[in-house]
Amino acid sequence: MSHADQMLQAHPPGMTTGIPPFSIPAKKMAIWLFIIADAATFAACLVAYGFLRNGSPNWPRPFHSITNVAAMTFILLTSSLTMLFGVRAAKAGDRSGAFRWTMITAVGGVIFALLHIREWLELIGEGMSLFHNPWGNPLFGASFFSITGLHLLHVTGGVIALLAVGIRYRGGRYQADDLEVTGLYWHFVDLVWMFVVPFVYLLNLAQ
Amino acid sequence: MIKAPDVQGNESAARYTDSLRKYIVIYLCLLILAALQFVIAYSNVDTTGKFARMLFVAIAEAGLALLFFMHLWAERRAFMLFVVIFTGFVLIAMQYSWTDSNRMDVGAPYSQPKSGTVPQ
Repeated sequence: MSHADQMLQAHPPGMTTGIPPFSIPAKKMAIWLFIIADAATFAACLVAYGFLRNGSPNWPRPFHSITNVAAMTFILLTSSLTMLFGVRAAKAGDRSGAFRWTMITAVGGVIFALLHIREWLELIGEGMSLFHNPWGNPLFGASFFSITGLHLLHVTGGVIALLAVGIRYRGGRYQADDLEVTGLYWHFVDLVWMFVVPFVYLLNLAQ
Repeated sequence: MIKAPDVQGNESAARYTDSLRKYIVIYLCLLILAALQFVIAYSNVDTTGKFARMLFVAIAEAGLALLFFMHLWAERRAFMLFVVIFTGFVLIAMQYSWTDSNRMDVGAPYSQPKSGTVPQ
């Protein structure tokens, strides 16, 4: 039995008790609902990508090296761990520690974004654009840029959120729960990357 | 003026009091699983086999991240079931288009109604 179950046995939820559904605070419930909706968005993009890839006999396999994507994966996973440390410190009341870990997480996000942009520029330099590439099906560029671009947009938004929430948390304007909600979003960005890497990169390695 | 219900006082079930060691072990598991995907990419298996293996590993990674990094395991069981079942249903419902994708792969034309069965 989880801690929440024990808590709810003592205080059953309901409209009259003031306890929110599932014993989840409103902000946290909101970010979870956003995560569910965003998961559907990414899944739709990946399914559409898979539809095209499966139906195209000349799907390009342009990736020669995995060094860049491996580094990006390592950085994003590590930033998830530092985010956890930050939220843990915040829950323990350690404002300076939580701020420090949050800023380290944001730096990880910036490095990830820079590596991502560098990779994009290399591919563009090789002649790839939204609707053209020198290797095969022209839709590869559109699907690649839209999926990785959507993810990069999430990382960029996450970095901005980490900076804003981290600074305001240190100043006492935000609480540990706010940092936790931002952390949930950051972990979700990491989670999505776990699916983008194999399907968009690793299945398209040059033979 | 109608006031919104005060839910600020309710604490979240996930308290983030797990040991750092636990978090680091989960992190190392995630790193190993991520590395496994790269190994699969270079294995001598056809694309379908690679896809299936990578999907399995990715789901395992996502499960670990959801349960322990996002602390879904520490939330109320009903909430965990809500997230997993609701999201799972939506993701599974998206898979209806694969037959058409396979049709494209073999170059088959769109299916046509037999003459006389559909009123013109």
